[in-house]
Amino acid sequence: MDSVIKLIPLNNYIYLSFAIFAIGVLGVLTRRNAIVVFMSIELMLNSVNLLLSAFSAYSGDGAGQVFVFFIMAVAAAEVAVGLAIIVLLFRNTNSVDINVLKRLKW
Amino acid sequence: MANYIFFIPLLPLLGFIINGLLGKKMPKSIVGTIGTLTMVLAFSLVVYTFFTSEGQNYHFLYSFIDTPYLKVPFEFLVDPLSITMMLIITGVGTLIHLYSTAYMHEDEGFYRYFAYLNLFVFFMLLLVLGANYVIMFIGWEGVGLCSYLLIGFWFKNQNYNDAAKKAFIVNRVGDLGFLLGMFLLMDATKSNNLDYKEVFGFFKSNSEIVGTGTITAITLLLFIGATGKSAQIPLYTWLPDAMAGPTPVSALIHAATMVTAGIYMIVRSNVLFMLAPDTLLIIAIIGVATALFAATIGLFQNDIKKVLAYSTVSQLGYMFLALGVGAFSSGLFHVMTHAFFKALLFLGAGSVIHAMHHEQDIRVMGGLSKKLPITHLTFLIGTLAIAGIPGFSGFFSKDAILAFVFQSSPVLWGLGVVGAIMTAFYMFRLYFLTFWGKFRGTHEQEHHLHESPLAMTLPLIILAVLSIGGGFLNLGEVFGGSALLDKYLEPVFVVPTNYHAEVHHLSHSTEWILMAVSVGAILAAIIFAYTQYGSGKNVPVADDKISGIQKVIYNKYYVDELYDAVIVKPLYALSTFGHRILDNTIIDGLVNSFGKVVYVSSDYVRRIQTGNTSFYILLMVIGSVVLLAFNLVIK
Repeated sequence: MDSVIKLIPLNNYIYLSFAIFAIGVLGVLTRRNAIVVFMSIELMLNSVNLLLSAFSAYSGDGAGQVFVFFIMAVAAAEVAVGLAIIVLLFRNTNSVDINVLKRLKW
Repeated sequence: MANYIFFIPLLPLLGFIINGLLGKKMPKSIVGTIGTLTMVLAFSLVVYTFFTSEGQNYHFLYSFIDTPYLKVPFEFLVDPLSITMMLIITGVGTLIHLYSTAYMHEDEGFYRYFAYLNLFVFFMLLLVLGANYVIMFIGWEGVGLCSYLLIGFWFKNQNYNDAAKKAFIVNRVGDLGFLLGMFLLMDATKSNNLDYKEVFGFFKSNSEIVGTGTITAITLLLFIGATGKSAQIPLYTWLPDAMAGPTPVSALIHAATMVTAGIYMIVRSNVLFMLAPDTLLIIAIIGVATALFAATIGLFQNDIKKVLAYSTVSQLGYMFLALGVGAFSSGLFHVMTHAFFKALLFLGAGSVIHAMHHEQDIRVMGGLSKKLPITHLTFLIGTLAIAGIPGFSGFFSKDAILAFVFQSSPVLWGLGVVGAIMTAFYMFRLYFLTFWGKFRGTHEQEHHLHESPLAMTLPLIILAVLSIGGGFLNLGEVFGGSALLDKYLEPVFVVPTNYHAEVHHLSHSTEWILMAVSVGAILAAIIFAYTQYGSGKNVPVADDKISGIQKVIYNKYYVDELYDAVIVKPLYALSTFGHRILDNTIIDGLVNSFGKVVYVSSDYVRRIQTGNTSFYILLMVIGSVVLLAFNLVIK
């Protein structure tokens, strides 16, 4: 029996992933709120995850889905570190504007 | 016991290692004993070899260099020639080590001195024992190093250091010739080694090579090497300066052994030199020129060691003259007798200097015969030997050389006799001024005058006996002898027969006449020296009162100044140019400007680092896009 994923044509997955990824990139580039930037990064990560599982299913190779798990695990760790930084940033500057980080320049 | 040969050079090396590493903490008596004992043992081994060894024996130790292009076995050749040289080196060396234990006793560098001296003997033995040119060259360079170390032994005196450097550098010039000669030799024989066996075998079987450019070039280059080591024109200037070293060093290195290395090398390569008559002629001319030139300088020197130094240069000239006319064994005979009487003279001079508290100027000596009876007597024997008085060793060897020279060219013979006359004159001038007349030094010096201890007089006595008896080792046929040394050395020479046959054409009456002429002239010179200096009243004037031609000669014809102006100064100017302009300005400027460009440009480039996070991210995205696009285009 074919996988549920295959009910939708592969191209649609690609379009969707591309759209989500582009939204993520734009979010990272345009937004100054660190939390929003962070969320945009998560969007990009998940678009890639989606694409990976789609390709994996279509090519009948489980490796892609294994990668998805790795990415999720790494992303969780990254979120933990990233949020900690943002919390400290806020404590020190009373703001979550990423341009505040300019102060770290020599 | 076949390989006991290796112990001959190893013993002095062992002495060097022990004295060099541990000598500082050991008492002087032990250092001296070790130094002398290794020499005595080495000498005993050589004597044993002399009595047991026959013909040519090769002793292979290990393969030193082994490549398809160059093979150098570490191999020793024991034959009559190397045994003769070893007997001289270890025999005279032992006596000089013994002498040094007393002469150097007050010196704080006592252990250093003995370590160097032992090292020197090691390298010298390597030089004469090696069975190929490379091993000879190792010894050749090693003795040069030890000569440098010992000339500059009292390194706190800058003049002595300069003398040491001069000796080393002048020798390098000669060594370059030797090295080029070896390269050319390998090229000519088209072989991958420089073993005597191979090289000489090649030239023996290719006699059509006689007189060609190749063999002339090879022998000339080797001869340049010999002029450096054996102090011949134009590279002789280092030897008189080398007298800065301790006197026993002058006796061992700069009179008896090292300076004869050039003669040994040519005698060893006699196969090559016999094939190059042009080179032989040049050697004879340079030899006689050096003999005369150095003798004239010797006439006016007032430093006891300088006189002996120039006489050494002059005597080495005689040896080269002998080689130049193909009288190889007579040349070697003179090497041997010269080693005896010149070592004796130097050690005698050392005894005088020791008694005079390091005063070397003969103008303040005089009348020493009563205070130093043994030194006086032995010095007289040495002087008689070098002057060539019949019965003493110098007479036999010099006469043998002059007889060979006469049949080759009467003109060269005449020049040789003139040199012998000058030798007799300046040696007796030295002798009369030092030992006759009244003492001219200070009262304090006179008070301290004393005969040297037994360790110094014993070598003097032994060498004096050898200076008398040494000549009888090779008593020519004309005296009813059988030329023992010539016979012993015969197997070493390839083509001695022509020359030996020719000298026998010289009738005995001719030889007697030649001898009578030279002896008569020498006696006249001695009588003249006696009338001039015998009374002790006619003392050479002080340095600043010397004038005219005498001044030119006293200042050694200004050859040092000439070399300084022609070679040293331009080289200095060139290296100053290289240092200031090429190195400091151009190369340093180039390197430093690279640094400056990076430094200045980085000042601008660092402004990209704004610290603005979104800007960084933007750059990252653009970068990724460019990379992807690039990837697409490539595909």
